[in-house]
Amino acid sequence: MSRPTINMLLSGVGGQGVVLASFVLSHVAIEEGYDVKQSEVHGMSQRGGSVTSHFRFGDKVWAPLVSPGAADILMAFESLEALRYINWLKPSGLLVYNAQKINPSPVAAGLATYPEDIDGKIAAAWPRVQCVKANELAIQAGTVKSANVVMLGAVSPALPFKQETWEAVIRKAVPPKSVDVNMEAFRLGVATAANPSATCATGAA
Amino acid sequence: MAINVEQEHAVEILSGNEGIARGAWEAGVKLASAYPGTPSTEILEELAGYKDIYSEWSPNEKVAMEVAIGASMAGGRALVCMKHVGLNVAADPFFSSSYIGLEAGLVVVSADDPGMHSSQDEQDNRNYAKFARVPLVEPSDSGEAKDYMVWSYDLSERFDTPVLFRTTTRTSHSKSLVTLGDRTETVPVVKLGRKYTKYVMMPQNAIARHVVVEQRVKDLEEYAEDCPFNRIEMGDPKIGIICSGSAYGYTREALPDASYLKLGMTYPLPKKMIAKFRSMVDKMYIVEELDPFLEEAIKLMGIKIDGGKELNSLLGEISPKSVAESLAKAGVPGINPDLLVELRPTAEGLPNRPPTLCPGCSHRGVFTVLKKLRVFVSGDIGCYTLGALEPFNAVHCSTCMGASISMAHGMAKVQEPEAAKPSGARPDYRNKVVGIIGDSTFYHSGVTSLMDVAYNKGNTLTIIVDNSTTAMTGGQENPGTGKTLLGQPSHSVDLEALVKSLGIKRVTTINDPFDLELVEKVIRTELEAEEASVVITKYPCVLQFKIKRPVFEVEADLCIGCKRCLQAGCMALSLTTDANGDSKVEIDPAQCNGCGVCAQLCKEDCIKRPAPAEGGKA
Repeated sequence: MSRPTINMLLSGVGGQGVVLASFVLSHVAIEEGYDVKQSEVHGMSQRGGSVTSHFRFGDKVWAPLVSPGAADILMAFESLEALRYINWLKPSGLLVYNAQKINPSPVAAGLATYPEDIDGKIAAAWPRVQCVKANELAIQAGTVKSANVVMLGAVSPALPFKQETWEAVIRKAVPPKSVDVNMEAFRLGVATAANPSATCATGAA
Repeated sequence: MAINVEQEHAVEILSGNEGIARGAWEAGVKLASAYPGTPSTEILEELAGYKDIYSEWSPNEKVAMEVAIGASMAGGRALVCMKHVGLNVAADPFFSSSYIGLEAGLVVVSADDPGMHSSQDEQDNRNYAKFARVPLVEPSDSGEAKDYMVWSYDLSERFDTPVLFRTTTRTSHSKSLVTLGDRTETVPVVKLGRKYTKYVMMPQNAIARHVVVEQRVKDLEEYAEDCPFNRIEMGDPKIGIICSGSAYGYTREALPDASYLKLGMTYPLPKKMIAKFRSMVDKMYIVEELDPFLEEAIKLMGIKIDGGKELNSLLGEISPKSVAESLAKAGVPGINPDLLVELRPTAEGLPNRPPTLCPGCSHRGVFTVLKKLRVFVSGDIGCYTLGALEPFNAVHCSTCMGASISMAHGMAKVQEPEAAKPSGARPDYRNKVVGIIGDSTFYHSGVTSLMDVAYNKGNTLTIIVDNSTTAMTGGQENPGTGKTLLGQPSHSVDLEALVKSLGIKRVTTINDPFDLELVEKVIRTELEAEEASVVITKYPCVLQFKIKRPVFEVEADLCIGCKRCLQAGCMALSLTTDANGDSKVEIDPAQCNGCGVCAQLCKEDCIKRPAPAEGGKA
């Protein structure tokens, strides 16, 4: 029985750890015996710009790019970057996003405004949404820098990979002295996915 | 980023660039040289980890090419890597290397950037192969990048020719599985051969060598028919596709059941194989990115095609979706339906997120002052090109590496002399030209431009923003950093002495480029000078050197929401509304890097460094 190719798009802002998250995903999929293609762009776009990474796995993967409208999962590290790429999901697709707001440079310069009630806009735009307070959970784990690993934990139940494989790969991928913090970050992410919420807005269920 | 690359290992996930590095190592390469440039940079960064290979950052691509040609002439397999526009810089030795050939294999990697993710143009460097009459190799993924690299050295030596190895952003930066092999040690040539007619390109020798070069193309045409990396993959015989590079993966995705002629060597082309494929399929299409390079060659062979460049675009990247849509429009059956779904509209009015100068960037103060003085700024290639964007709008042209200085010189030479102003009148600098260039770009090709300014008695001001690294490509060493690619301490260029030696008498170094008053005073003084001058701002890149200084805070009671500070164009600042509905600026302590430019712009004196931090400049 051939396994279908799963398409995942990661979106965020330069410096949020999108590249490391993609690295972990690729290695987990390889360890589990899949063919993998993954693509990201380095260079100018990383200076505070919008960053995406494409991750695909299956029995045989031809192209390294996820196509708009064909993503099974959109994993967004920032709210505006969730809303920006939401239409890359296929109709049955799942959005997992970190409820963090980072002002783009035109907003910081007072030339544009960050969308109001972005949580509400995301919930209204898509039926399958899981909002994660990844920064809060990362601080709880030990450092806000582990928010990307919290996000991996939160997305992990939606992927067909074993818990041991995730943990073994994260152990190898992060600096030795931050292994414990990242393990805790991953577990907190998994735990939050057990009670998913479509919105992180204050007062929401 | 690969785990255990040098370890004996069956399969590893590598980027195309890591695959190229691995392939070079397996092929027994002895020397690799490059100048950093997206999307090629990681090849040499990866190679620096292979201890069997000497690798270096050269000051520019022309030098890197000549270093590699020398190594191959001396009998060591050599690799030289650059981005597409780098090959323009290195074109002179590249063309000659085609005539002289080599002793040991020479591979030239050109990493093209369709879609211009990080470039000033999207030229299709496949054209260079035909132009210089050298074989062209195009991998489709990382596995092919590694395998084709090993094979390219055999090809190079067999036909006594450099090989142009062309990738694109997607093949260089995408990761896929690679089966690793062992290193083949090549025998070193101990004596330098004297081959006057082959290596000395004076006219009488070059005339004879050109004959050899054209015969070589004919020989390579024959070889292309048996080349192991050109292959026919028969599927449904109704539809045949010819493609290479990243277009292959995209098209397989879009049209899984068609027949393919997959080309790994795309110059010269296998004429008989293409004619044979044509006879095996009912309809034949060519799918390629950027120029109709294959299409024009195949049409010249007199072979009929049913669709080519008119189906997609000369502009930008193609993708699985664009390939699917263009073939569907041409009536091709069997297209992957997932790629033909109509997209829902995106949310409207979302603010863009363009790249921007980092908080704490040492260029911020300079652009704040240049904007205020309203000078015409001739820019260059590096992080400081971002000074062209809002809110600075303080770079008014940017062409190519090193052009800032020489273009400013040309502009100043045709300016009408300004009418004398009454004394005490406010100076108007709108017709004054200032060149701005970074340290690595200055060493790359700004030095000769500045030599021209001095030699030809120009009177422009050049600002060298020296942050002690090659920042935009991720922080590589350069001749001014005091370290080599391999991490060895080295001589560091004395920038001020170099500038003076070129004939520039007025040289001022600013060690605190965040001090707006100081920067403005120095620039105003130099703009009034009657001769050429250079201002060097010297402060290390905060990103590369992980500099973190005490942060600033806004005293909310004093802030009147005037937004003057936002002119610093800093991500750490944001405008919020307080409980009374008043606009206030906030500073995000996680992002602020304590440069104090915003504090100096504030007229209300409400941005301060909280005690007991060292005294701020506000």
